[in-house]
Amino acid sequence: MSVTVAKPGEVRHNYLNAGDTVLSWLLTTDHKRIAILYLVSVSFFFLVGGLLAGLIRLELLTPQGDLMTSENYNRVFTMHGVVMIFLFLIPVIPAVLGNFLVPLMVGARDLAFPRLNLASWYLYMAGGLIATWAMVTGGVDTGWTFYPPYSSSYSTSQVTLTIIGAFIIGFSSIATGINFIVTIHKMRAPGLTWFRLPLFIWAHYATSVIIVLGTPVVAITLLLVVAERVFRLGIFDPALGGDPILFQHLFWFYSHPAVYIMVLPAMGVISEVVSCFSRKRVFGYHFVAFSSVAIAVIGFLVWGHHMFTTGQSVYAGMVFSLLSFLVAVPSAVKVFNWTATMYKGTIDLRAPLLYVMGFIGLFVIGGLTGLFLAALATDVHLQDTYFVVAHFHYIMVGGTILGYMAGLHFWWPKITGRMYPEGIAKLTALVIFAGFNLTFLPQFVLGFLGMPRRYHWYPEEWQMLHVMSTAGAFLLGIGFILPVFYLLWSLRTGALAGPNPWGATGLEWKVDSPPITHNFEQTPIVTEEPYAYDNHHEPEEVFSGTGASTTKR
Amino acid sequence: MVQEQAPQNVSLQFEDVHQQNESYIVGMWTFLVTEIMFFGAVFATYLVYRVANHTAFWEAHLRLDIPLGFINTCVLLTSSLTMALTVHYAQRQMPKQQLLWLSVTMALAMAFLVVKGFEYHHKYVEGLIPGPNFRFEPAEYFRPAQLFFSLYFAMTGLHALHVLIGVLVMAVMAVLIAIRHSSVQDFIPVELVGLYWHFVDIVWIFLFPLLYLIPR
Amino acid sequence: MALANGHDSHTHIVPIRVYLLVYAALLVLLVLTVGAAYLPGRHTLLNNVIALTIAIAKAVLVVLYFMHVRYSTRLTWLWASAGFFWLLIMFILTLGDYFTRHWVPAIGWE
Repeated sequence: MSVTVAKPGEVRHNYLNAGDTVLSWLLTTDHKRIAILYLVSVSFFFLVGGLLAGLIRLELLTPQGDLMTSENYNRVFTMHGVVMIFLFLIPVIPAVLGNFLVPLMVGARDLAFPRLNLASWYLYMAGGLIATWAMVTGGVDTGWTFYPPYSSSYSTSQVTLTIIGAFIIGFSSIATGINFIVTIHKMRAPGLTWFRLPLFIWAHYATSVIIVLGTPVVAITLLLVVAERVFRLGIFDPALGGDPILFQHLFWFYSHPAVYIMVLPAMGVISEVVSCFSRKRVFGYHFVAFSSVAIAVIGFLVWGHHMFTTGQSVYAGMVFSLLSFLVAVPSAVKVFNWTATMYKGTIDLRAPLLYVMGFIGLFVIGGLTGLFLAALATDVHLQDTYFVVAHFHYIMVGGTILGYMAGLHFWWPKITGRMYPEGIAKLTALVIFAGFNLTFLPQFVLGFLGMPRRYHWYPEEWQMLHVMSTAGAFLLGIGFILPVFYLLWSLRTGALAGPNPWGATGLEWKVDSPPITHNFEQTPIVTEEPYAYDNHHEPEEVFSGTGASTTKR
Repeated sequence: MVQEQAPQNVSLQFEDVHQQNESYIVGMWTFLVTEIMFFGAVFATYLVYRVANHTAFWEAHLRLDIPLGFINTCVLLTSSLTMALTVHYAQRQMPKQQLLWLSVTMALAMAFLVVKGFEYHHKYVEGLIPGPNFRFEPAEYFRPAQLFFSLYFAMTGLHALHVLIGVLVMAVMAVLIAIRHSSVQDFIPVELVGLYWHFVDIVWIFLFPLLYLIPR
Repeated sequence: MALANGHDSHTHIVPIRVYLLVYAALLVLLVLTVGAAYLPGRHTLLNNVIALTIAIAKAVLVVLYFMHVRYSTRLTWLWASAGFFWLLIMFILTLGDYFTRHWVPAIGWE
């Protein structure tokens, strides 16, 4: 490691200008560059998934299925689900923001296994390309859940290829999970005890635990579906002696916790942003930290609530229902503590905080409607309706994506060294919030009225609600396209950020923006609690220099 | 201390050898946890179906070759011992013995695969491969017996795949040790391969009684 | 050469004698499993319990000695047990469905 000292006016070395050949990016083991690789590829798949969503909404504009055939509609909503879940929502925050920030936040020079980290990106791309290939060569029509026996015995679409793609992406996310767990356990800077860790790290730790414990189960289960499909090994198909409900057990053993893989990292982002822009410590730090772990643990015990209407034992259903209600407790702890953090804080209403406030509101709606679905009797009425669709979009779009947008804006100065334009960013946050609610609020009503999911014909009296939803979807689309332009624009013309434009605490704000290749010139030593916003840390005044100011050696 | 005799390369992201070694061990264990869950899902599948079709599974399991399964269990247990010896000599910095025991482990692993191959061949000859050519008497157990053999092939096949991967990794390791490559100067790489290998052994420890020794 | 170094857990060298003892124990347990499977009479449950107990004992021996968990840090202990514990959760909740599926619903439900 070479230790360089900055001279005034000199362009400092950083991870971005450390090499400019294509190979220097494709063969990098720098966690920050890998985060950028992920940022680009994840954004691409978000675009693909978004376009598919646009097709769905266009089709639903009219009660008659007049834009596409039923078969094509099945393919479109399936691929929307597959792309959004496996290629966007699961990797987005851990692989982009987590990759970039975990080593910085724990005071390490890189993740524990940098080459494994690069391999995870290649696995992601390989899985993504195979899934894309499957889409181009006929698509897949089973729904993203791949329920047998339809997926294993009847569907004529590209089920095998898509599953192999999803399988490979699973290994990519396992690699990331292992890396985070080892890094957080073994590579924390001196003095950085567990209760001095940022809540972002706690959230990512909990997420990694879910990834490591859950992903292999869905991987092997999907592989068994492929085996049944290709070799006619009878495992889930009743015609071959199997039980399709067993597939659902194993599938949801991962896929329900996967919801927490998506939303927990976002919750980590929220804790960082809400504390910084309220200039207060996070209220009840320990509770928020442990609630992440509690969500990870309880999240594994509730999967049966996806199967209340499928022939699962009523008694098992009662247990799963009760356990599902329990998840509401740690989730509520988080929401209350965030709002309590803002209470009497010195609120600085920047774009990231707007997203955070959006998150809190939408997550509450998403979470509370989840309780409707966790209740056995209500679920019988609401199962497989648009109520479910609206519910999980409130968690995934209103939760994960808003959290991601908050984090992307919050750390954009750190990632690129440039400020994003504040005005248009705030406007975009409002557009996304409005568009989102216009899209999905009517779907709660539709679902309650009985509109089943995955259908494209519907009675004419529901058209008004569908038109509202489609209009909202296009507003939402605009809201997601705008950041692409202004963030790219800011790369050249944004104001220089400096190391700590928000006056935030945390080790990542004590290094240059963008950071040098190995993050820290000396290993930092941590001597204070996280979120020590009490007296000091005014924006750009305390930390105009470069070194680690509050760390003592 | 042994480590002082064998200067290890410390990668840039680590502070010292200790941190590096522990990170690798914990990382490997975390990976093994994913493997446990990976096999665990198939075990769960097997348990559910065995409980539901007990008699049929008992009938079907009579077609398995218990002596061969027993021999294979001994082979794998022995290979675990030789693997442990490999690690032992790696820790003592004795590359010749290390290479010897690693080769024995590989030979045992391949012997396991050969025996498994014979078993699979027998099943093929007897028409016990699930699919259109599957034959089973008595006919009332046809479907659950097919289920049993589907699971038999899925479980042992997955296990055999892990054995095969183990052999390949050990082969690479053997070459690296033979040429005294700098990456295998210390015992950690061998220890990691060892952890993987013992895990493969543990899977078989459960597979053998579950598949071959179903009580009536 | 400082061989068996008991003070430093990271480089603890297990003596060959221990490995041989464990190996012998594993073989004995293997013979016991096979023997138990051929107990005269029908004791399905008992047989299953015996087979499973022996398998778990064998696995524990391998994990503790061959995989050195006995000499490892608490973190390794934690991760080594986490996988098995989570597996148990999966088994219990999944089998919970299957065992109760055919129970008669309580009076007044249907």
